[in-house]
Amino acid sequence: MRPFDYTRAHAPADAVGAEARIIAGGTNLLDLMKLQVETPDRLIDINHVGLDRVERDGDGLRIGALVRNSDLAADPAVREGWPLLSKAILAGASAQIRNRATTGGNLMQRTRCYYFYDIDAPCNKREPGSGCGAIGGNNRQHAILGASDHCIATYPGDMAVAMSALDAVIEVEGPAGKREIRAADFHRLPGDTPQRDNELQSGEMILSVRLPAPLGGRQIYRKVRDRRSYAFALVSVAAVVVMEAGRMATARLAFGGVAHKPWRVPAAESLLTGQPPSPELFDRAADAVLAGARGQGHNDFKIPLLRRTLGAVLAEATQESK
Amino acid sequence: MSDPITVSLFHRMNFRDEENLLDRTVQGVISTPMDRPEGPLKVSGTATYADEDHPPGTVYGWLVRATITKGWVVGLNSRALRRMPGVLAVIRDERMIRNPAQGGDAKSPYQGPAEVFYKGQPIALVVAETFEQARDAATAAQAEYLDRSHKAVIVPAEAEYETPRGEQSSQGDLDRAMQEAAFSVDVEYTTPSMSHASMEPHAAVAWWQDGRLTVRGSYQMLNTNAQELADALGVSPKKVRILSQYVGGGFGSKLGISHEAVGAAIAAQKLGRPVAVALHRRQVFETTHRRSESRQRVRLACDAEGRMTAVGHEVWVSNLPGESFSEPVTQSTPFTWAGENRLIGHHIGRLNLNGAGSMRAPGEAIGVPVTEAAMDELAEAAGIDPVEFRLRNIPEVDPSSGKPFSNNRLAECIRRGAEKFGWADRPKQPGSRREGEWLIGMGMSAIIRVNMMGPSTARVTLNPDGTALVETDMTDIGTGSYSILTQIAAEMLGLPPEKVTTMLGDSDLPPSIGSGGSRGAASSGTSVMLAAKALRKKIAERMDCDPDDLTLKDGTAIAGNRQRSLSDLLAGDTLEGTGTIKPGLAEMHHRQASWGAEFCEVAVSSVTGEVHVRRLSGVFAAGRILNAKTARSQCLGGMIFGIGQALHEKVETDARDGNFVNRDLAEYHVPANLDVPHIDIELLMDDRDAYANPMRAKGIGELATCGTAAAIVSAIANATGHRFRHFPVTLDKVLEKLG
Repeated sequence: MRPFDYTRAHAPADAVGAEARIIAGGTNLLDLMKLQVETPDRLIDINHVGLDRVERDGDGLRIGALVRNSDLAADPAVREGWPLLSKAILAGASAQIRNRATTGGNLMQRTRCYYFYDIDAPCNKREPGSGCGAIGGNNRQHAILGASDHCIATYPGDMAVAMSALDAVIEVEGPAGKREIRAADFHRLPGDTPQRDNELQSGEMILSVRLPAPLGGRQIYRKVRDRRSYAFALVSVAAVVVMEAGRMATARLAFGGVAHKPWRVPAAESLLTGQPPSPELFDRAADAVLAGARGQGHNDFKIPLLRRTLGAVLAEATQESK
Repeated sequence: MSDPITVSLFHRMNFRDEENLLDRTVQGVISTPMDRPEGPLKVSGTATYADEDHPPGTVYGWLVRATITKGWVVGLNSRALRRMPGVLAVIRDERMIRNPAQGGDAKSPYQGPAEVFYKGQPIALVVAETFEQARDAATAAQAEYLDRSHKAVIVPAEAEYETPRGEQSSQGDLDRAMQEAAFSVDVEYTTPSMSHASMEPHAAVAWWQDGRLTVRGSYQMLNTNAQELADALGVSPKKVRILSQYVGGGFGSKLGISHEAVGAAIAAQKLGRPVAVALHRRQVFETTHRRSESRQRVRLACDAEGRMTAVGHEVWVSNLPGESFSEPVTQSTPFTWAGENRLIGHHIGRLNLNGAGSMRAPGEAIGVPVTEAAMDELAEAAGIDPVEFRLRNIPEVDPSSGKPFSNNRLAECIRRGAEKFGWADRPKQPGSRREGEWLIGMGMSAIIRVNMMGPSTARVTLNPDGTALVETDMTDIGTGSYSILTQIAAEMLGLPPEKVTTMLGDSDLPPSIGSGGSRGAASSGTSVMLAAKALRKKIAERMDCDPDDLTLKDGTAIAGNRQRSLSDLLAGDTLEGTGTIKPGLAEMHHRQASWGAEFCEVAVSSVTGEVHVRRLSGVFAAGRILNAKTARSQCLGGMIFGIGQALHEKVETDARDGNFVNRDLAEYHVPANLDVPHIDIELLMDDRDAYANPMRAKGIGELATCGTAAAIVSAIANATGHRFRHFPVTLDKVLEKLG
């Protein structure tokens, strides 16, 4: 770990615009600092700025950036109105990490790519221009969608996948003031700037996440992984389906573990909306999701895995209640 | 205070034990599920592990890793590193080691930090005032290399294999038996490199005082560890003391001294200050031993009635150049199943990967799952239930050597296990049972681990107040040594266990074989028993009776109608007994092994290929069980290890440069709690093996893992109708077959 300066913020204004890395739960940043994957000169600690409440916001909900993952997953309003979010959070990490990790920090977590974590390996995300170790290397966990020749890393989180499906909005504040970013647009594709994980600009800080009114329906988060707990998604499917008269009145889908960002495909959702469910239709939706999908060798299985998992999730979400 | 009165007893295990003394003592402590005496310290975080107690003035070292795969280090930016904050020394010393010592080596492993044999090999040690400064400086190290990485051999398929003559054997005509058999299987399985992943990372705190070195470290075999360290440093073994009072898991990775011990000792010598070197989790993975990957060809054949006629087992494993250890994959193949035509083949290739060494049940841990999975295939081919098929093929004597078994409870373990598990309910037709998307199947495996013993000495002191002290350099690596040695002494001396204190983990104490190879309990336990037996003789003298007529219970000596308290009898004297056990002819003339059977139910998702172990059950026979709770815990751990082997564990190596890419516990997957179902364990408490040792106890530490993975993959085959021959069975492999 490199020596660094540490200051503690007492209000969001102390951190907004500060020339420092923000630290909240520290469940990811500290690990990366120990490995010198991250070498910030200055840290500003926002654990004492408030922003730690879940509040009603009209029909929706406003979640402070410092709300801990375990508190958010257990929040009665979330469990009632946005169960998808609760399920996705509980599918991630371990109880100990969720106790510490925050809503804003979770959105900012970095990829788990082996080569990103190894400072002796090439990685365009860690060291732009050094190359990509994962292409041609061990890439079981890597992206099948939206990757570039510079980076095939995935966004590893679960919470953001649910937020993307729920059309959540992230409220941020920077030196130029406040702005909002759709959760689905928050993370970026790697392109030729894989060092940028998301749209947050220098000096900006996440204040809160806003959930629009509950969608109801069936909400399913299915995470497929190499062991049943404490493992990152190989593929995860977040689905909200509202059935009306035997047809899918609303269908929202987002996918984790397959791209540099939670993957949302409006075309797939349109295909489903207004239609009666059928395996053939689910397969066509999978075609739309997987348009342009490409394996890297070790992760080729993710393509059929996504298709099969999506089919099973949609079948479950649309089955007649018993 | 007067000098203690000393007595000693030596026993070489040449013959059958006729005495069965522990079945005649009456304290009633032995075999009970007694809690660990040190348990409260461990659960309250107050048991001090290696890196948790630093003498005043301790400074910290961090190892520098090689970033090439093969070649030589020709330069290092040492001068720049020495200018970094807090840095005290940058050490490149010819005595530094390439890889850890193998268990029992008693000499230094390969030395010299200049030549690089694998990526991540430690090439220097940076020492600084604080841990963080040392780590920062080590990370800034820039080595100059003569890089020969392009000549490195990383993939087993590209290795040249040696075929050591002494490790091949055959009898009869395997090829012909295969041709003439009614049913046969000829299959190839692979198992990946694995890593011990003990909870406590390797660490050493070293200091020199008056020319003598003390190392607080995390090691399993202190007597040979002190010799290894002394040899590496070029000093007399008398000048080295190793302390390992508590060890947070070893699984074989701490059998020999490692980079941290040698580095800390050299640095402490140079700086004249105590030096602590702890390995980071990533360093543990890439610099300590791995379990070798294996390729295994198994040929089995039987006649129309399911009687086996042929057993062939050929294996290909690897290690670093020059390392003598070679995973003994076929260890139990010669004697487990009947068949007059047999062949064993063993081949070792040289790879530029971190060294291969012992990991929990070296040999059987990966050999038995493969031969047992192949047995399941042969049973299916013959149309015979796998339980019945095995029961038909348990040999009367070791079919390779003709030696009798010391005892063989395999059939009972299988029958009892099948009954408890409800084996009769197993789907007869593979792929026929379904619950929603989940395919349900059951599988089983025989469990076999050879029984071994090593020379061990212990001292038991009976104090004038009627308390006792047990001392040996034996270690407790989480297995329960403190418990069982306390129980053995208490049982033999007729004392409540609270009156017995057990001191372990100090190489200055009488030498034991240490923890490894499931030998520790039988070996050090017997030495304690013998030491106590010597004391019993002395007590009998004072009671004026024959030792056979002496009864000791609750601190009282009883002979006929006479009864005296021990403290009264001791009359202020201290009795000090020393017991030594050595292996002898018994293991030469009788085949000894511990036995078991495991049964498993899995659910396999027809959608995702995920495998969930739903039930796991085992019955084991390992001679006298010394502590029912710690023995059960060993079996639990072994079976969970087996789940990991079947479904999760694999060292991911980058085929381009040999880099160990998944070198942390987030990515090197061992089972998490959710992966582990309820595990049912039964120990055959009446088992005794008179040829093993005078306690009639055998090894249990590694037993339960030797076959678990076969029960699981056989259950997967029963669930899906497909065989999976490449471990671990991850969901992508299942998906490929499910179609």
